[in-house]
Formats: sequence, C-alpha cells, structure tokens
Amino acid sequence: MIDYLWLLIALPLLGALTLILFGKRIGEPASGWLASALVVIPFLIAATLTVPFIAGAEPETVYLFSWIPVVGANASLLWDPLSALMTLVVTGVGALIHIYSVGYMHGDERYSLFFAYMNLFIASMLTLVLADNFALMFVGWELVGLSSYLLISFWFVKPSAAAAGKKAFIVNRIGDWGFLIALMMIFAAFGTLDFGIVFAEAHSVLSVGLATAITLMLFLGATGKSAQLPLYMWLPDAMEGPTPVSALIHAATMVTAGVYMIARTAALFELAPISLAVVATVGALTALFAATIAVGQRDIKRVLAYSTISQLGYMVMAVGLTAFTAGIFHLTTHAFFKALLFLGAGSVIHAMSNEQDMWKMGGLRKYMPITFATMAIGWLAISGLFPLSGFWSKDEILAAAFAKGGFFTILWVIGVVTAMITAFYMTRLIILTFFGDKRWDEGAHPHESPFTMTIPLIILAVFSAVAGLWNTPVRLGLEHFLEPTFGSIHQVHPAGGLTVWALALISLAVIVIGILVAYGRYGRGDLPTEEGGYWAAALNGYGVDDFYGRVIVAPGKAIATWTAMVFDTKVVDGIVNGLAFGVRAFGSSMRVLQTGWVRSYGAAIVAGSLGVILWLLLQGGAF
Amino acid sequence: MTVTLGWYMVLAAVLFSMGAGGVLIRRNALVMFMSVELMLNSVNLTFIAAGNELGLVEGQVAALFIMVVAAAEVTIGLAILVAVFRRRATANVDVLSELKG
Amino acid sequence: MIEVIVFVVFALVALAGAVVMITAKNPVYSAMGLLATMFAMAIFYVMLDAHFVAAVQIIVYAGAVMTLFLFVIMMIGVDKQEDTAETIPFQRGITFVVALGLAVVIILAGRQAWVTGSGMFGTPDLVGTIETVADSLFGNWTLAFLSTVFLLTIAAVGTVALALFGPTAVRDVDGEEGT
Repeated sequence: MIDYLWLLIALPLLGALTLILFGKRIGEPASGWLASALVVIPFLIAATLTVPFIAGAEPETVYLFSWIPVVGANASLLWDPLSALMTLVVTGVGALIHIYSVGYMHGDERYSLFFAYMNLFIASMLTLVLADNFALMFVGWELVGLSSYLLISFWFVKPSAAAAGKKAFIVNRIGDWGFLIALMMIFAAFGTLDFGIVFAEAHSVLSVGLATAITLMLFLGATGKSAQLPLYMWLPDAMEGPTPVSALIHAATMVTAGVYMIARTAALFELAPISLAVVATVGALTALFAATIAVGQRDIKRVLAYSTISQLGYMVMAVGLTAFTAGIFHLTTHAFFKALLFLGAGSVIHAMSNEQDMWKMGGLRKYMPITFATMAIGWLAISGLFPLSGFWSKDEILAAAFAKGGFFTILWVIGVVTAMITAFYMTRLIILTFFGDKRWDEGAHPHESPFTMTIPLIILAVFSAVAGLWNTPVRLGLEHFLEPTFGSIHQVHPAGGLTVWALALISLAVIVIGILVAYGRYGRGDLPTEEGGYWAAALNGYGVDDFYGRVIVAPGKAIATWTAMVFDTKVVDGIVNGLAFGVRAFGSSMRVLQTGWVRSYGAAIVAGSLGVILWLLLQGGAF
Repeated sequence: MTVTLGWYMVLAAVLFSMGAGGVLIRRNALVMFMSVELMLNSVNLTFIAAGNELGLVEGQVAALFIMVVAAAEVTIGLAILVAVFRRRATANVDVLSELKG
Repeated sequence: MIEVIVFVVFALVALAGAVVMITAKNPVYSAMGLLATMFAMAIFYVMLDAHFVAAVQIIVYAGAVMTLFLFVIMMIGVDKQEDTAETIPFQRGITFVVALGLAVVIILAGRQAWVTGSGMFGTPDLVGTIETVADSLFGNWTLAFLSTVFLLTIAAVGTVALALFGPTAVRDVDGEEGT
C-alpha cells in the first residue's frame, strides 16, 4: 500500500495537467468535480496509510527514482507521522475547499483553469510536505510560490489582483533566498541534503555558530512563506484572489509551509538556542502586531487575513519554544477553523453580491442560518473558548511559554494579550456581519448558499469544534502520534498538575473579557464611528506598506530605472553599437577588394598559390 | 644530348604559367576556358613524362582522368556561357560584376 | 639526336600556339593556336611511349573539344575582333609578375623533387598500349573510373538543365524579362 504513496502527488498533478489542456472541453461543473475527486482520492489514500502509525508503525521512505544523487537528493518520499498529518490536513481541508469552489466559482469565465491551479497548489504542497530531502522540499517550496502567484492574481484583469500576485511572489522570493542559502550551508557542512543523514549527524557535525547561521536562514525562508515579521505584508493583499484561494493559502497549504519546515528541521533548531529565541520572539511579536491591525480592518477578508498572520505568530512562537507538537497541533486546528471562517466569509460575500465591507452588512443571521451557525463555531474556536479546538491548541502554546520561564514569560504575556485582542476583533466581525441593523446597499438580496458550499462549512465546523480533543492535557493523543518524528527531540512540556488549568483559566478570563468588551462596543444599538487616530493607522496596516515602498521599493526602482535608462542605453548599448560600428567600418574598408571582376579574384588565387609554393620551398630549404 | 625529364618539366611549367596568364588577361570567357585547357594539358604532360621516367602506367591513367574531368568542365562551362550569352548577349566576364562590394 | 630535334621543334610549336591563343584578338585564332599546342602535346606523348593517350588526345581534345569550342564561338557570334584594351587597373602587370613567378617557382620546385634514373619503380620499358592502360584502368583504378562515369552523367544532366531552364524562367538583375 505504501508503494502507492506517489499517487498523492501524481493525482492532483494529473488533474492540473488535464484541466489545463482539456478544461474548456470538460466544462463546468464537471472540471470542478474532477479536480475535487483528485484531491479526495489522495486524502483517502493518505488516511489509509496513516492508520499504521496509530498502531505505532515506523516511518518509511519510498524511493521513486534517482534525481541528483550526488547531493543526496532523490525523488523519494518520507512518510512519517508529521508528513502524514500534514498530508491529511492539506488534502482534507483542500478537498473541502475544492468542493466549496464548485459552487463558489460558478459562472467564472476560466472556471476549469481555476481548478487546474488549485490542483497544482495541492500537488506542490504535497511535494513540499512529503519530500525526504531539502532539494525536493525546495522544489515543492517554489512550486507553492508559483501556484500562489497564479491563484492570487487569478482575476488578473483587476490591476490590484495582478499587483497582489506579484507582491506575494516577490516577497516570497526574499524568503526563498534565505532558504536557498541555508540549503547551501547545509550541503557544505554535511555533503548531502538528505533529511535522514542531516538530522542524524547534526549534533556531531554542526558547531553552535554554524547551526545558528543555518537555522536563521531557514527561518528567513519560513517568515516569507508563513507571513511573519518582516515579510508578512503579502498576505493581506493576497485577499485579491477568489475567497477559496484565501482559504486554501491561509488555512491548509502555503502559510503552514514555514511552520512545517521549522518543525521538520527541529533537529537543527534544537542546536541553536539563539535562533530558537529569535523564532519565538518574532512569532510572539507578529501575533500581537497583526492582531492590533486586525482590530481596525473594515473588510471582512482582511480581518481574517491579519488574524491568520496573528495565529501563525502563535505557531512560530510554539516551534521557537521547542514546543513542536503544540505548533503542529495549532496548525491543524487553525487549518480547520480558519478554512471555516474564510469559506463562511466567502459565503457571506457571495450572498452580498461581492460586498466585503462589514459596515455594509449586518443582520445576516436570519438570511443565512447555516453560514451563521458554522461561522459562530469558527469564531468561538479561534477565540479559544472551552472546549473548542482553539482553546486546546492555543493554551498548550501559552502553557509551554510559561513553563519555559525566564525571558519567555514575556512571550506568555504577549500571547495572553493577543488572545484577548483576538477575541475582541473576531467578536467585532461576527456582530458587524450577522447582528444588528441591516446596513446593506440598495439591491442586495442575501440568500443562503447552495449545498456544495454549506456542506464543507458544516464538516469544517464539526472538526473545528472537536479536533482539539485529540491532544488535551488529560490525554496527549497527538504527542503520542508524533512520537516517531519528534521522539529524539527535546521538547518543552507544560507544567503538569494544577498550573496548566490555572493558566487555562487566565486565558479563558481574558477571552471572555475580550468578547464582552466587543459586545459592549458593537452589540448595543449605534455603532462607534472608528475614524482617525489609531483606527486610521490600523486600517492602513500602520503604514508598513508605505514604509517598505519608500525604503526598499523606491530605491530599487530608482536603481532599476537608472540601469535601464542610463547604464543600458549608454554602456551596454554603447558596447554593442561600438562593436557593430567597428565591424561595419572594417567591412567598408574591405569593400574595395570585392571588385566583382572574376579576373581580379583569379589573380589573387594565382598570387596566393605562388605564395604557398614559395613558403613550401623555403620550408624545404630550396634556397 | 638526349631529351630528359627536366626538358619536359620546364616546358610544362612554361605552358602552365602561360595558361594562367591567359586566364587573367583575357576577358572573353571562351578564351579563358581555352587557357584553362592549356593549363590542364601542361599538367598532363608532366604526368606522362614522370610516368615514363618511373616506368609507371599510372601517369597515363591520371592523364586520362584529367581529360575526362576537362571534358566535363568544358561542357558545363560552355553551357553556362551560352546561358549567360542568352541573357546578356556578351561573353565578356568583366560585365558580370553584380557582386561588386 | 633526332629526338632532340623533334622535341625542340614541337616545343616551339606548342609555345607558339600558346602565345597565339592568349594574344589573338579573334577567338577563332585562339582556338587554332590551342589546337596546334594540343597536336604538339600528342607528339610528346608518342615520344614518351604513351601511344593510347596520344590517340585519345587527338580524338577527344583536338577533335571533339576543340570542335565544341569552335561551335560555340560560331553559335554566339563572337568570331570577330574584340577590344583588347585592359580595363582593370594593374591587371596586366600583376598577371605578368605572378605568371612569371609561377613558372620560376614550379621549375625551382621541380629541381627539388624531380626524380632521375629511369625505372626506379615498375617496368623500365613501359609502353602505353591500350592493353597496359586498360589493365591498370580496369584493375587498380576501377573505382575512380566508375566515379568518372558519374561525373560525366552529372555534367550531361547539368548541361541539359542549363539549356532547358534558361533565362525565360528567371528575371534579370535589373528586373527585365530575359530574352
């Protein structure tokens, strides 16, 4: 059965190729169903293959074919509990998003192409997740970047969508650069890129300094893909893509890549305490920073985008604390409730005829009961209310930070504050969307979405509610499940006994405070105006885009302009033109030889042969 | 005094040079062809003289082959000449200088 | 001694024919000069015991080829005085220098390489009868002989093609219709 592992990647890839070539002929909605089936089947295969791990089977490596053996990079796939869990999340949530898209993308001109790109995205992400060496992982890493570019700028006739696609691609390239540097250093140190060898020999080969350098570069790659400070700003703009794309990028696939990569290379990070501190701090700061921006957003999708960045900050903080299991756990639960929230938001936007401003919604719960009910579960889950999934995963991270103590206690405080802000802005979102007065524009006719869109919502809601029960302080199911992967890694564990429950109570308290404050502000009659000062700054993302624009983009453009307008025209063209001019001048001077008279040429031939004979005679010593 | 190989060789060299000179100074394509024939004939003479000196029949065989090549060259050359003449009504090669640079 | 006399006489005939050929203003005279040279060549071949080649020289060269030349001269009607004034600068001077130089270096080269002493290889008293030539031609040189067959066939085809697809099919450089 494990021999069929390659089908996980091959099937979505086949779907992508088929739909690119024959999509128009397959048409709507058959191409959507085909694409969905080609993600559902890998999910079923992955689920079947995961069963042995519950019984405690050993990880396996499936060798497909030789690729670049000299760097230890073959097309071979690693099937261990971590990659299995990631595969299940990617294909499971991905499949639901595919099915949702069948209804959501109804009537789009390039319906089948959309599904081709979605399938490509799944195939890329699975390549990244299943790779058993850094080189193959990098291939998946880059393909994810490509597919995200294609999907974010799917509606490329909108200039903003095209710009967002470019932005995501370029910002990710910066991270990719770091990843690539890290790969080179790893190859220089180990002479191979194979996971097994690198992780096994890491503690004997790497000095602390080298390990720090490598892991910091890896982390730079992770900040790009997982949208951490300072490379997060592509993610809010990625909202320009169709809503299922946002769900796919933010929940199941792309942004989890960075967290997954850090967890996968845990054996290297373990050796570099400084890197771990940097990772944890960046994660915590990102969580807080993005949460404060999310409060001020008026666009429903942008709120969710900043909340994604914030939640990713939690995950990165977790892996930085060496609580790898907690990070992966939060990744999994977040995949469920964030996909749910995005798809719910998509459902709302769909119903409101593409209106995204929350201030023009309100009172929708009567019109869209299923969407409301499922999104409410997502809201409570992301806020971290007991006993929904977010509670368990977020509190495990916070408990790990507290347990580590010292400097990391500050991170715990940041995490708790972020939790309160999260509860606040999510409550704000729900109240503005579903409660209160109708603030719709003329001509809006909200209606419940078709079953292809609501069924995924319901399934995701169920998982958002119960997924947390897998790994509770009472029963550490996920930790046990991931034992074969993280068994040799020294992880931080929350303090046992009453401490963990006391921490949970603190979290719950701040969450409830956050919800109540939001209810008090938005839930009773007139809405506050929210203009000027903090609100304008938060709505603008604190002007970070402008800052980057002035500090990085503008000088870059100036250099590029100078290169194009001055260097290229004067120096490069000058060399080429000068060369051409020289050749031309030489040719002109040689023209006189080309008399056109056969007899002149004949004279030259005879003179030439005369010269040759003379030379031969001289060589032969005739004189 | 007997006729040695050297006599023939000097004669052939002089005839060859005269043929080459003919090619270069005559403008009439027909006469140029004749000059080429003269060059070929002088070479034939060297082959046969040397073959006689060495007692090898190959000299004569080579002369025969040269004759065949010369015959082929003359037919093609004259055909080209006729074709040119039909177009330009001249056998003057200096007129055919379109490839002047 | 008689051999020397014959050689000198016919060498003078050959040189005179060559001079006439390259100097005559009328191409018909040039053809006659070349004819004289070729007859002289045939005499030399006989003196060198190459009887078959001498016969071929008379029949093919002096007979067929020269007849062909004369035929073409008559056909395209250039059998008249032509202007011999040189138009290309320095062409005569250059020709004189390189032709003379060529003769000198060939003789010099010959002095280096001429072999003396008859019959160093092969049969000393070789006589080029049809039999001996044919032995060699259809023995060692069969492949070369067959190659000449192809050469002549191609030449024949090429001649026919040049005659068939003449100027009627092609446009003049100046864009005028060919005649």
